[in-house]
Amino acid sequence: MAVTTDSGAEQYNFDIVKKFAVMSLVWAVVGMFVGVYIASELAWPFLNFDSPYFSFGRFRPVHTSAVIFGFGGSALFATSYYVVQRTCQARLISDGMASFTFWGWQTVIVLAALSYVMGYSQGREYAEMEWPIDLLVEVVWVTYLILYVGTIMRRKQSHIYVANWFYLSFILATALLHTFNNLAMPIDLFSMKSYSLFSGTQDAMVQWWYGHNAVGFFLTAAFLGMMYYFVPKQAGRPIYSYRLSVVHFWALSFMYMWVGAHHLHWTALPDWTSSLAAAFSILLLMPSWGGMINGIMTLSGAWDKLRTDPIMRFMIVALSFYGMSTFEGPMMSLKEVNALSHYTDWTVGHVHSGALGWVAMISFGSLYHMIPKLWGTQIYSRKLVEWHFWLATIGIVLYIVAMWISGITQGLMWRAFDEFGNLQYSFVESVAEMMPFYAMRAIGGMFFLTGTVLMAGNMFMTIRQGKRENAILDAKLAHA
Amino acid sequence: MNLNFKHEWIETNIGLLAVLTMLAISVGGLVEIAPLFFIDKTIEKVEGVRPYTPLEQRGRDIYIREGCYLCHSQMIRPFRDEKLRYGHYSLAAESQYDHPFQWGSKRTGPDLARVGGKYSNEWQVQHLVAPRSMVPESVMPNYPWLLATPLDLSDVSGRLKALRKVGVPYSLTQAERDANTTKFGETVAAQLHIPDAQKNLVSQANFGNYDGDRSSISEMDALVAYLQVLGTMVDFSKYSDDAFVDNR
Repeated sequence: MAVTTDSGAEQYNFDIVKKFAVMSLVWAVVGMFVGVYIASELAWPFLNFDSPYFSFGRFRPVHTSAVIFGFGGSALFATSYYVVQRTCQARLISDGMASFTFWGWQTVIVLAALSYVMGYSQGREYAEMEWPIDLLVEVVWVTYLILYVGTIMRRKQSHIYVANWFYLSFILATALLHTFNNLAMPIDLFSMKSYSLFSGTQDAMVQWWYGHNAVGFFLTAAFLGMMYYFVPKQAGRPIYSYRLSVVHFWALSFMYMWVGAHHLHWTALPDWTSSLAAAFSILLLMPSWGGMINGIMTLSGAWDKLRTDPIMRFMIVALSFYGMSTFEGPMMSLKEVNALSHYTDWTVGHVHSGALGWVAMISFGSLYHMIPKLWGTQIYSRKLVEWHFWLATIGIVLYIVAMWISGITQGLMWRAFDEFGNLQYSFVESVAEMMPFYAMRAIGGMFFLTGTVLMAGNMFMTIRQGKRENAILDAKLAHA
Repeated sequence: MNLNFKHEWIETNIGLLAVLTMLAISVGGLVEIAPLFFIDKTIEKVEGVRPYTPLEQRGRDIYIREGCYLCHSQMIRPFRDEKLRYGHYSLAAESQYDHPFQWGSKRTGPDLARVGGKYSNEWQVQHLVAPRSMVPESVMPNYPWLLATPLDLSDVSGRLKALRKVGVPYSLTQAERDANTTKFGETVAAQLHIPDAQKNLVSQANFGNYDGDRSSISEMDALVAYLQVLGTMVDFSKYSDDAFVDNR
């Protein structure tokens, strides 16, 4: 059977890729649903239902962990295992280790979500998981690193393809960040509660060094790895510039680690640190756009694909949002802009233009490319891919525009003075002003979620179709 | 690096690629984080900042458990509007015993760095149970369970011991207590003594009567005790306006 379904089935371990690909769709639906729910809680607070388990503060980390680590993480495991095997023409060095990373990672997401609603949290954004879960992450991650590097060592040709540099950089950086940001002292071995090793200013710096590089490596470098394989594949053309990929890889890896402190402008963090971070943030525009240009220009000479190929459209729109948010980011890291934008919804909008526009769209494109290939079939419905594309794009635009308006409104209302030099607005007046935009954001999220549900259904039918076709083929061969 | 350097060397050698990548990603963190532990001016020398009492610390644990930091910052920036709205800008010293820090990154609700003493205990309790009964436009969730749930006192000394291990000066021995007496005064030092943690917690809750019900100690007692101490430790009338400018 294995011989007939896929010529690569024995040469490569595609079983693990399939598992992660399916789970990334599952977590996309779950995580985005929770996102729409908490967005609705801000617009209509009765949705908190006076219950600790549904309240915004406990539910929000469920959203962030499910989309970043569940959806994004599973998509990265799936594509990195696919890419490393195909570009190295080598099978993963161990099926057992691969399987362990799958079950370990899924356990992490489930335990994290359950622990948050039960009230266990480290109180660090995007690193809320308590220490036992952190340790499990650590073990899974080291296994991942060994598996990945080991497979590269087995490669059949001398060169390591550029996508693998980015995946490797992401795996190493995530190990470094996760380890240092989660150093904590548990109350005792049987307690989930722990206290951070660092305090106050130093703790803030470590957390945002982690926080921004979760964006820089988990949500950027890794997805650039995805881009470097799937965009040329889908376009049927080689990557635009080899030289550019070398330069922007090293520049991106080096510079990202400096910029975290721009989250702490005007705080009790010393000025030198956040100013240094701002300088690097502005420099970072160049390697970021290097990646965007390299991706988009890969399509030069085949621009007609934008009209004919909805998967290509996902990828190019993803790169466009990547370019847009990596321009917006450095701008927001300027102290004067940050004075207005920090603490407001503008930041939330910025994160989502990156997370929905770049991370989710490039993942959707890559999964649409990969899933039919894995099951040896065609996409069940290209029409549904078209629908997904437009629902997602409209959803993002509604979301970002709502957050721009509400964020800038908040920033301006907080600093407005009347003619006597008193504050013009009380805080709660700014809250009341947000209501229509919070509703608009929730609706944007619903559009995006609907698109994701369509995709999950479409992929479910694609997989079923692939299995059926292979069964028929097997039956024919058995008769022959 | 010699002139014949070829990037090809790196992309054909996984060991070299991994080591150089590791180097590239390590520099930024080292340069920006390590000095913060050694440069004296990072944290201001200021009187009054002390570790939390056992009851306040338990309140802080609940603040973290409920994810309050996701909508409330505790970091006032040095702007005229923030001074008028919230008070003196936050000092690094004021969060030096905060494991973890809770500066926050979003103000869906107002900053809480100096909320201590701004409202009465009764207001805080009513506002936490039903925010819209006090502020109709608020979008904050109701927290009725805080009043209904008795505070778990069993592991309070374990919690303080863990904090002591990460550097907060709670005392276990008489010598440590004496050092605290010198540093913080007799009353505070007594509160920081771990062997008396449970006793201190109960007496502060009974004396403060934060949730308006003396018959039991609820999670509300702890959370309100924590909110009421926020930003109140430093007496800014003792310092000139630009006393802390150099620390920034």
